[in-house]
Amino acid sequence: MSEHVLDAKGLNCPLPILKAKKALKAVPAGEILTVYSTDPGSVADFAAFCNQTGNELVDSSQDGDVYVFQIKHTAG
Amino acid sequence: MADDTVADIKRQSMTIIVTKGSLDWAYPPFILATTAAAMDYDVTLFFTFYGLALVKKKLDPKFTVLGNAAMEMPMFGTHIAMPNFLPMIPGVDAMAGAMMKSLIKKNNVASLEDLREAAVLSDVRMIACNMTVELFDYKREDLMDEIELGGAASYFEVAAKSHINMFI
Repeated sequence: MSEHVLDAKGLNCPLPILKAKKALKAVPAGEILTVYSTDPGSVADFAAFCNQTGNELVDSSQDGDVYVFQIKHTAG
Repeated sequence: MADDTVADIKRQSMTIIVTKGSLDWAYPPFILATTAAAMDYDVTLFFTFYGLALVKKKLDPKFTVLGNAAMEMPMFGTHIAMPNFLPMIPGVDAMAGAMMKSLIKKNNVASLEDLREAAVLSDVRMIACNMTVELFDYKREDLMDEIELGGAASYFEVAAKSHINMFI
């Protein structure tokens, strides 16, 4: 399985979202981008981002201080 | 409802009228514009009056604590309000501006330059109010190359078709 990873740790709003949007462009449709963030606001923001853009938030979890999002690139 | 993402239905759009050009007030329009663009909105920013300072080629927004009763700077492990007599002392506003910039950096908040660049790269449309450009005697070459010049009618043409319209 190919790995698409975005390390957005240490970045604040709105940078994780902006970088995720950019990173998704390089992810082929159907594949998953994994985003690491330390911004607590990104939990709600990635849910909203996916809902708005039509990409699928496959998983949203927390590992210590790090939030991990699995986003399937489904939108055009 | 759950599967029915807004993006499937229609491309959405947003406009912001940007009237303020100080360091602190520069952030909301660029944060909102870049985020909306990342969320597939077509975004138009209309810069007028002091907002024009944000589309000068050289971005150097100033800062003042004057009249900002809600402003509390985190200092000495607590929060210190900024009384109105302070900016009368020469150098205080420059110092407070430098403090704000270092606070922004320390907290890994994006720089204004980066946000503005992100706005350009994500095709945010930027219109400078022609009347205020002339009023303040700005030259076209003082402003960013990406800027269009337009008037209130240009704004309304976009705003009437937009889903979100804001004034900052």
